[in-house]
Amino acid sequence: MFNKKLYSIWALLILFLVPESAFAMHIMEGFLPYKWAAFWALISLPVVVYGVVSISKKMKENPELKLLLGVAGAFAFVLSALKIPSVTGSSSHPTGVGLGAILFGPAAMSVLGMIVLLFQAILLAHGGITTLGANVFSMAIVGTFVAYGTYKFAKKAGISNGIAVFLAAAFGNLMTYVTTSFQLALAFPAEVGGVMASAVKFLTIFAVTQIPLAISEGLLTVVIFNFLSKYSSQELITLNIFKKGEVLGDDNHA
Amino acid sequence: MTIMRNNIILLLLVALLAVFPLYLVKDSEFGGADGAAEEMITEINPEYEPWFSSFWEPPGGETESLLFALQAALGAGFIGYYVGYKRGQAKEKENKE
Repeated sequence: MFNKKLYSIWALLILFLVPESAFAMHIMEGFLPYKWAAFWALISLPVVVYGVVSISKKMKENPELKLLLGVAGAFAFVLSALKIPSVTGSSSHPTGVGLGAILFGPAAMSVLGMIVLLFQAILLAHGGITTLGANVFSMAIVGTFVAYGTYKFAKKAGISNGIAVFLAAAFGNLMTYVTTSFQLALAFPAEVGGVMASAVKFLTIFAVTQIPLAISEGLLTVVIFNFLSKYSSQELITLNIFKKGEVLGDDNHA
Repeated sequence: MTIMRNNIILLLLVALLAVFPLYLVKDSEFGGADGAAEEMITEINPEYEPWFSSFWEPPGGETESLLFALQAALGAGFIGYYVGYKRGQAKEKENKE
């Protein structure tokens, strides 16, 4: 019993202290067997199509929201370009999709997420065209839906807006990479132990790398949300984020 | 100004989170680790061959960092524009009242 405990502490220490280059970003070009690539693309497609419809509907009803939509996209653009060092000795990047998911809904944000992923796949050879469907699913669908759901749930539970935004963006980020781990595990099950053993393999490194980054993403999303709650309160009311008369500007401690 | 103060504190926290690993893990290059993915996959399934490769790849680290900087600049530029625009709008409203 004692030994087991000691072993797990040791394993944890190793995990933290031994620098290990971890796969902690999008799935690379060609690195999913084509059946899986097609599978994820087929799952992602309807969500993105629905997202396009939902964006054009929202913009038609409220053309004044166009700039804010641009901000949501720009935020994801900046954040996914920032490769930040993490405690495992490798770097990974935030996704920035939590903000747009809270503002415009997860499906709408999935479209913007896909644009970011396309940019990186085509110009940076980061991620890929064949793995686009899988990466859209993890970052722009799971990430956005988790962020959106967390935000709604936290608000309902009476948690302050700043904390709710933080939790939403952080969990969205974390779940994106958990999803990526499972996608890789499904495509590459270990010979012994199968999918779960593979998943544990990808996850152990991932989870630790991603935790500080998830926190960073949460904090950065709160920063921009603080600004929006003061200067774009009208738009936030239009988007049903704030109720009329609910001004969160200055008393928003996050 | 509370928002400004809060935001500065939050940004400092983010910076700390990024700097702390550099001290914690000394002998690492903090690689992006796209290559390590390959390693892990070949470890699990040695027969796997990537069946598709990128149409175009940045010729080297310099060009890649140029494009990453460009991506961040485009996004940050837009956000900066929005922030200025919104603050100006608020000021104008204040002056009118």
